[in-house]
Amino acid sequence: MVNIENLHKKFGKNQVLSGLDLTINEGGIFAVLGPNGSGKTTLIKSILGMVIPNKGVINVLGENIKKNSNYRHKIDYLPQIANFPSNLKVKELIKMIKDLRKNTNEDQRLIELFKLEPFLDKKLGNLSGGTKQKVNIVLTFMFDSPLIILDEPTTGLDPISLIRLKDLIQAEKAKGKTILITSHIMSFVEEVSDEIVFLLEGKIYFRGSISELKTKTNQPDFEHAIASILTDNHA
Amino acid sequence: MKTVFIFLSVIFMTNSSYALQLEVCKSCPISTIQDAINQAKDFDTIMVKKGTYKEHDILVNKPLTIIGEDYPVIDGELKGEIITVISDNVTVDGLFIINVGTSYTEDYAAIRVRRSKHFEIKNLVLEKLFFGIYIEKSSYGKVFHNKIIGDAIEEYNSGNGIQLWYSHHIEIEHNYVEHVRDGIYLEFSDDCLIKNNVSALNLRYGLHFMFSNDDIYQDNTFENNGAGVAVMFSKKIKMLNNIFKENWGTASYGLLLKEINDAEIIGNTFEENTIGINIEGSNRIIYKNNNFKNNGWAIKVRGACYTNQFVENNFLYNSFDIAYNSKVNDNVFDGNYWSNYTGYDLDKDGVGDIPYRPVKLFSYIVNRTPETIILLRSMFIDIIDFSEKVSPVFTPDDLLDNHPLTKKVTW
Amino acid sequence: MLKILKYSFFDLMRSRWSYVYFAFYLLLGLVLLFLNNDLSKAVITLMNVIIVLVPLIGTIFGVMYYYNSKEFTELLLAQPLKRSSIFLGQYLGVALSLSISLVLGLGIPFVFYGLFESSAIWDFSLLLITGTFLTLIFTALAFNIALSNENRIKGFGYAILLWLFLAIIYDGLFLMTLIMFEDYPLDKLSLVGTMLNPIDLSRTLILLKLDISALLGYTGAIFKQFFGTSFGLIVSFVMLTVWVVLPVLRIVFKSRKKDF
Repeated sequence: MVNIENLHKKFGKNQVLSGLDLTINEGGIFAVLGPNGSGKTTLIKSILGMVIPNKGVINVLGENIKKNSNYRHKIDYLPQIANFPSNLKVKELIKMIKDLRKNTNEDQRLIELFKLEPFLDKKLGNLSGGTKQKVNIVLTFMFDSPLIILDEPTTGLDPISLIRLKDLIQAEKAKGKTILITSHIMSFVEEVSDEIVFLLEGKIYFRGSISELKTKTNQPDFEHAIASILTDNHA
Repeated sequence: MKTVFIFLSVIFMTNSSYALQLEVCKSCPISTIQDAINQAKDFDTIMVKKGTYKEHDILVNKPLTIIGEDYPVIDGELKGEIITVISDNVTVDGLFIINVGTSYTEDYAAIRVRRSKHFEIKNLVLEKLFFGIYIEKSSYGKVFHNKIIGDAIEEYNSGNGIQLWYSHHIEIEHNYVEHVRDGIYLEFSDDCLIKNNVSALNLRYGLHFMFSNDDIYQDNTFENNGAGVAVMFSKKIKMLNNIFKENWGTASYGLLLKEINDAEIIGNTFEENTIGINIEGSNRIIYKNNNFKNNGWAIKVRGACYTNQFVENNFLYNSFDIAYNSKVNDNVFDGNYWSNYTGYDLDKDGVGDIPYRPVKLFSYIVNRTPETIILLRSMFIDIIDFSEKVSPVFTPDDLLDNHPLTKKVTW
Repeated sequence: MLKILKYSFFDLMRSRWSYVYFAFYLLLGLVLLFLNNDLSKAVITLMNVIIVLVPLIGTIFGVMYYYNSKEFTELLLAQPLKRSSIFLGQYLGVALSLSISLVLGLGIPFVFYGLFESSAIWDFSLLLITGTFLTLIFTALAFNIALSNENRIKGFGYAILLWLFLAIIYDGLFLMTLIMFEDYPLDKLSLVGTMLNPIDLSRTLILLKLDISALLGYTGAIFKQFFGTSFGLIVSFVMLTVWVVLPVLRIVFKSRKKDF
């Protein structure tokens, strides 16, 4: 599904990714974890082609993504901070994204699911953070792409919406899709993910299931396991 | 008693049996104009019928009236002067004169009037000429309704359309002159009236005065001439209601004044000239009710000009209103309308409350380094002009219009 | 690209700023006409204002739009769209909405004042064409600045500085150079100097219209050829086009290499 070889990225003097290799197979939910500044977002953005790597090759669904934009038809991306053009109405934004990608009717179902009908005619500038995030989720899930990338999907969501989001993720997984998630909410990660990738200083420190991580770190629960990696490496 | 005598003698002469009319045509007994003149007696009329007459050096030595019917062509075949008048009371009317000879030693003219009085030159059409109408040491004549179309290319081998030399009390009216060296040229000629003429596309000046005094020129149009109109070394010239237009070029202006004293320049329009009026060494001149519109420089003063008055003129959209090359000012600017004026009129009396300073620093800079003209209307230039306006350093600080009008002057 | 253009354009057309800009020009036109009572004079004043103000507004607005729509841009970047079409679309959206505000804002009062019966119509059209060119150029320059500077305070600073330089400082340096080398033939230098600054270039176009009488007073043969024939007009328009194309190319080039 996604194949990354020897990925290097530097921002100024700051080496963010140094020789990262990663292969993500088809199907399942992958969580990309790591402390602040470990390169999670850079990795995701490299896959999306938003960050241009200094070195390395990225293949998505067998296509080299360099100087290519078509492969993004097969990716649904949920950006971290949902700031949309404030003059647009919700309805118009959805229509616009459909216009830019392709038409779908899935949005109706998602709008109902997240109870967004009352907001459709409101301008995006007037929405609360949580509502914006819901719109963001609708925009992401309304297309039926094989690869879904979610950057901090839980931000600002109320508990009911969070449950619906989890259901949604599971449903997509059931369709055999590959889902890539970053999150700081460990319980959420533990609940949804099949496999985690732990980034540290621009490299993959750990890759495997959560139980493997617990065994490796000798910790009873996931949160402590993560914490122990961080303390060990900073000690 | 004297007037009665003249009146009677005129009646007598016109009715007298020996004031004859002679006809000239190709098949007539008299087939050349010169023959007709030779055979005519004083005060006869010669009718020249339609046709082409290849003649030159026609000498009119007695008072005659020569009238062309349907514009007969007098073709000088480039052999020299065509008609020379040396008698008083001669009228030449309605001829089409072409092919005047060109010479570097003699000023051949289509028609020359020498030492004569009371002549009338009218309704002539002159083409392919060297000099057109040349009035020499003559007086009390009229030159009107003539059309002079030259084909001058170089100044040195071309002549003037209408030239007056030591001639007085001449009236020049309703003539059209183009493509010659100077459209109308006056040298040592006083008390002349030049009215309602159009002088255009001439190599040098549309109208040119040298050492001529007490002349009036009014209601003329001078357009697209090499250098506009020049008035030099003359006194008491009245310049009224003329139009000076589109005289473009390096040394080009609507009107050039050089060593002119006590003149009046009233009611003229200067439009789209590189320089509207260029003034050198001219004193006691009144400039009033003139329109200066879209000129590069409305007025350029090049020193030694004293007690001139510029009042009630309109300065409209000129790139520069006034340029001065000295810091001394002895001239009065008052009650003009300046389209570049940015002041206000709080008491609503039609006069701006702060004085207008028509000389800009930038005009001083351009005078020094001409290429800087390319920075005209730049914001930087506006800023330095403004600072100069606040505290004049390079421009005369007493050069002010203390009563700038807020509306165009009408008269 | 056309889709992005469409959305950026409609987004801007609905934004407060387009109305402010539009209202500003409307007001400027009305006030000038009211104060001057004279179409030709109003056009001249407007020309002086336009060549300074349009670049300023173009730069500020361009930078502002770029920074404000950063998240939207990122949203678009994740879509299957070419980078160049995203940025060119946004650029054209801004430039066109500014141009339309300019043309309508100034056009409406002048049309009501009887522009079509006036001889000033050609001057006025030239003014609008020049204004549009300046908008295109300075919005493109603004996008370049914004693309190269992540820090928006810095970006704004550079944008203002660029405007200040091209509108005022450049001419000051230019003038000093001309005066310093006044003993040498300068007409080529002065024309080249003009070509290198889009504001000066637009000013030249306006000079050709308003001050041709003064310009022809200068002796230089090259000047004469430039200003005396349609050569000057053609060269100026070609150069203005070059001034649009170069920054736009840099937008394409720079956006291809940029990380978001």
